[in-house]
Amino acid sequence: MTRLWKIFGGLKLPDFKTMSMSQATQAAPLSKILTLPLKQHIGHAAEPIVKVGDVVLKGQMIAAAKDYVSTPIHASSSGKIIAIEKRHVPHPSGITTDCIVIETDGEEKWVECVKNTNYRQLDASALRNIIRDAGIVGLGGAGFPSFIKLNPGPGNIISTLILNGAECEPYITCDAMLMQEQSRKIIDGLNIMRHALQVDRCIIAVEDNKRAAHTMLVNALQEHEAEYIEVVQIPTLYPAGGEKQLIKTLTGKEVPSHGLPINIGIICHNVATAAAIASAVLEGKPLISRYVTITGEGIEHPCNLDVLIGTPFAELIDLCGRSNKAEQFIMGGPMMGFEVTGDNIPVIKTSNCILVQSKKTESDFVMPCIRCGKCADVCPAQLLPQQIYWYARAKSFDKTQDFNLFDCIECGCCTYVCPSHIPLVQYYRFAKTEIWAQEQEKKSSDIARQRHEFRLFRMERKKAEDEERKKHKRELLKKVSGDKDNADDAKKAAIEAAMARVKAKRETQSVSPANTENLTEKQKQSIAEIELRRKKAKEEG
Amino acid sequence: MSIIHSSPYIQKDDKVSRMMLAVIIALIPGTLVYIHFFGWGVMINILVAVITALACEATILKIRRRPIKPFILDGTAVLTAILLALALPTLTPWWLAASGAAFAIIIAKHLYGGMGYNPFNPAMVGYAMLLIAFPKEMTAWIPAETHGLNFINTLNYSLFEILPAGISYDALTMATPLDSIKTQLSLGYTLNEIQNNNASLFGKIAGYGWEWINILFLIGGLILISIKVIRWHIPVAMLGALAFMAMIFNFLDAGSYAPVSFHLFGGAAMLGAFFIATDPVTAAASNKGRLIYGAGIGILIYIIRTWGGYPDAIAFSVLLMNMAVPMIDYYFKPVVFGAAGKNS
Repeated sequence: MTRLWKIFGGLKLPDFKTMSMSQATQAAPLSKILTLPLKQHIGHAAEPIVKVGDVVLKGQMIAAAKDYVSTPIHASSSGKIIAIEKRHVPHPSGITTDCIVIETDGEEKWVECVKNTNYRQLDASALRNIIRDAGIVGLGGAGFPSFIKLNPGPGNIISTLILNGAECEPYITCDAMLMQEQSRKIIDGLNIMRHALQVDRCIIAVEDNKRAAHTMLVNALQEHEAEYIEVVQIPTLYPAGGEKQLIKTLTGKEVPSHGLPINIGIICHNVATAAAIASAVLEGKPLISRYVTITGEGIEHPCNLDVLIGTPFAELIDLCGRSNKAEQFIMGGPMMGFEVTGDNIPVIKTSNCILVQSKKTESDFVMPCIRCGKCADVCPAQLLPQQIYWYARAKSFDKTQDFNLFDCIECGCCTYVCPSHIPLVQYYRFAKTEIWAQEQEKKSSDIARQRHEFRLFRMERKKAEDEERKKHKRELLKKVSGDKDNADDAKKAAIEAAMARVKAKRETQSVSPANTENLTEKQKQSIAEIELRRKKAKEEG
Repeated sequence: MSIIHSSPYIQKDDKVSRMMLAVIIALIPGTLVYIHFFGWGVMINILVAVITALACEATILKIRRRPIKPFILDGTAVLTAILLALALPTLTPWWLAASGAAFAIIIAKHLYGGMGYNPFNPAMVGYAMLLIAFPKEMTAWIPAETHGLNFINTLNYSLFEILPAGISYDALTMATPLDSIKTQLSLGYTLNEIQNNNASLFGKIAGYGWEWINILFLIGGLILISIKVIRWHIPVAMLGALAFMAMIFNFLDAGSYAPVSFHLFGGAAMLGAFFIATDPVTAAASNKGRLIYGAGIGILIYIIRTWGGYPDAIAFSVLLMNMAVPMIDYYFKPVVFGAAGKNS
C-alpha cells in the first residue's frame, strides 16, 4: 500500500457531485452544426487542410499541427465544411477565433481507422506519433498536447506514472463517470503510456469520495492482472487533484518551484486522456468526443453526456433541461473554471463541465484586508496571499514576485475563505498579465535597442573600412605612379573631363521646359487649329 | 484597475463582522468575572467606550465619505472600545474611557486609513495615550471585592466624580498586585514579605481576583483558537516567552523576581495574549513571523515589568512589536511549495 503524504492547506468543499451521477452517461444527439476551433490546446493553433465546400468523414483530419507544441483537429462527424471563419469560442474574454464549421449529414460515416492492437511492438516514437495524430491533449482542463508529456527527453528517467482521477473540483463528475464506465479502457491507455515511457510504477489516484470508480478500477485491474498498477484512494480535499499536490500526496516529493514533474522523474496524465489514448492506439480513433458534465442550479436534470467536440453548449443545456434561471454559464468547475459570455459556443477538447448557475454570483461589498491570514492557511502553494494582494493592488509587481506570485496555481482557495470577500485570485491574474506584458515590452525594446546598437556599430565599421580602403588605394597609387607630375597631369585631365561632363549636363538640364518658344511654322499652325477646335467644342457644349 | 471578474464563483459563508463577534463573545466570561471582582465600573467603561467609538467611527466615515453601514457593523470599532475599556482602571471618570476611545478610533485607526490599514493596535494606542496624559487616574485601582461600591455609587463617580460620604478616593484606591510587587521590591522587600504584608491583594497563584479573570480570558482564548478565529502562534509564543523569562530570573533569585504564575495570571497577560496581540491587522502575517512577533511581545513585557517604568506592559510591548511587523513580514516568509532547501 502506498504511503500517503499530507499536503499543506486546501479546503473541504461542498461537492455537489451526486446530482449529476444518478444516470449512466449517454451519447449526446448529433448536432446539425459542429464548430471546431483551430486552437483547443496549449501551443500553436492547427492549420486547416480542408476548404469550404469539402465533404469530410467522421474522424478525418481537417487541420494539421503547425508546430511541435500543437495538435491536429479532426472532424467529429461526417458532413460538409460550410465555413472557416472566426466564431465565438469558450474563452474568459469572449473572443472569437478561427474555427472550421461542419454541417453534419447525419450519416456518421467514418474515415478508415488503423488499429494497432499489438502496440507493444511499436516503439515510443511511433506511439507518440499516433497519439499526436489523434489530436490528444490533456483532458483534465489544461489541454497540453499529450505526446509531449510522453517524451521525457534524454537524461530524464521516469520512475512513476500517475493517472489523475482525483477530480477535486465541486460539481464535476465526468472523470468519475468515465472511471466507472470505461475502467478497462483507462487501464489500456495506462498500459500504452507505460510502454511508451518504459516506467515500472503506475498509480491511479482517485479521491475517496468516488467509491464506485475505485471499485470498478480495482475490478478491471484484476482482469488485467497488472500488479504494477496500483489504484490509490486519496483524501478528498481541494485541490488534491492539482498536479503538484497529487504528486506530493502520492510520493512525498515536491515539484520544484518553477519546475516540472519530469524534473523529479514523475509524469502525470488525466484518466480521460488515458482512455483517449487507448481509443487512438487500439481502435485508431482520433479524439472527437469526450465526457462532459452538464450541471448546476440552472439545469433541471444534471448528468454526464458523451459529446462530440464542436457541439454547441446551448443544445446540451436544452437537452438536460434549461431552467428559467439559467443565467451564468461556466466552463469547468466553480473554483477554477471561467465564465463564458453565452451558450452560443462549442464544446472543445478541454470542456470537462458546463456549470449553469441559477444566479449570478453577486460581487458583494468588499471589505479591506484585515490580514487575518486565513488565505495563507489554505494556500496549497504556501504563499502569503494577502501580501501578494497588497502589492498587486499597489502595482508593485517586483514585490509580488518577491512573494512568489508565479508559484500561485490560481486554485481559488484564498478567495473562497476570505472573510473580507476580496477577489484575490483576480488580482493575481491581473499582476501576472501585467508582468508578462511588461516582459514582452522589455523584450521588444531590447531587440530594438540591439538593432540600433548594431546599426551604429555597422556604420562605424563601414566608415573604418572605407577609410582603410582609401588609405590602401592612396598608397597603391603612390607606389604605382613613380612620376608625380605625370600623375598630376592625369588627375588634372580627369578633373577637367569631369567638369566638362557636368557642364554639359547642366546645360541640357537648364533648357526651359516650356515648349512654346522656337516653334516651327508647322507647329504654330497646328496649335492654332487645336485652339479653334477647342473653342468650337466649348460653344457647342 | 482592470480586473475581470473571474473564478472562484463560490464563497465561504464568512464575514469580518462574524469574526469580530466571535472575539467579543469570547471576551464575555472574563468580563463577567472582572465585573464580579471590580464592580460596575468595568461595565460603565465598556458602555462609554463603545458609544464613543461608534459615534467617532460614524462621524469620521462620513467625513471620509466611506459607506457607514458596513464599517459600523463590522464590529471592529466595538471590539477596539471593549479592549480599551477592559484595560482601564475600574473606578474612573467617564471622560477617560471616552477620550481614549475617541483617540483610538480617530487617530490610531482612521488617520492611518481605517480598518485594515492601521499599523498600530488602536486600543493600545488609546491606552498608551491615556497612561501618558493621565497617569494619576490610570494607575489608581480599587481592590478586588472589598471596594464596597454599588452601581449607583460607581455611576456617580463616573459621571460627577462624587464618592459616597465617608469614602475618600485615596483611601479607596491602591496599587495593583503587579504594581505593589514592583514598588516594594524596589524598596528592598523580598517577595515573601510583600505577599505577607499585603495578604488581601494576593490569591492562590497570583493577584486576588486577577487570577480568575486571567483563567477565564484564557478559556475564551482557547475557544477562539479551537474555532479558528485566531491561531495559536502568537499567544503561545508570547506567554511562552514571558514564562520563560520569568522562570529563569525566578530560578536565579526567587526573592527578587516574581514567579511565573504572577506574570501569567497577575496582570493582563491572558487578555493581551489572546485578544490584543492577536489583532491580525497589526500582527505579523506568516506563522513563523507570528512566533517571532509573539515572543518579542512576551520578552518586552517581562523587561518593562521588571526593569521598566510601568507595572504592566502589554500596551507598550504590543506597540513596539507593531513597529517591527513590516520587517518581520519581509524576513520571515513561509517556504514556498517546491522551494524547500533552496534559498528563496
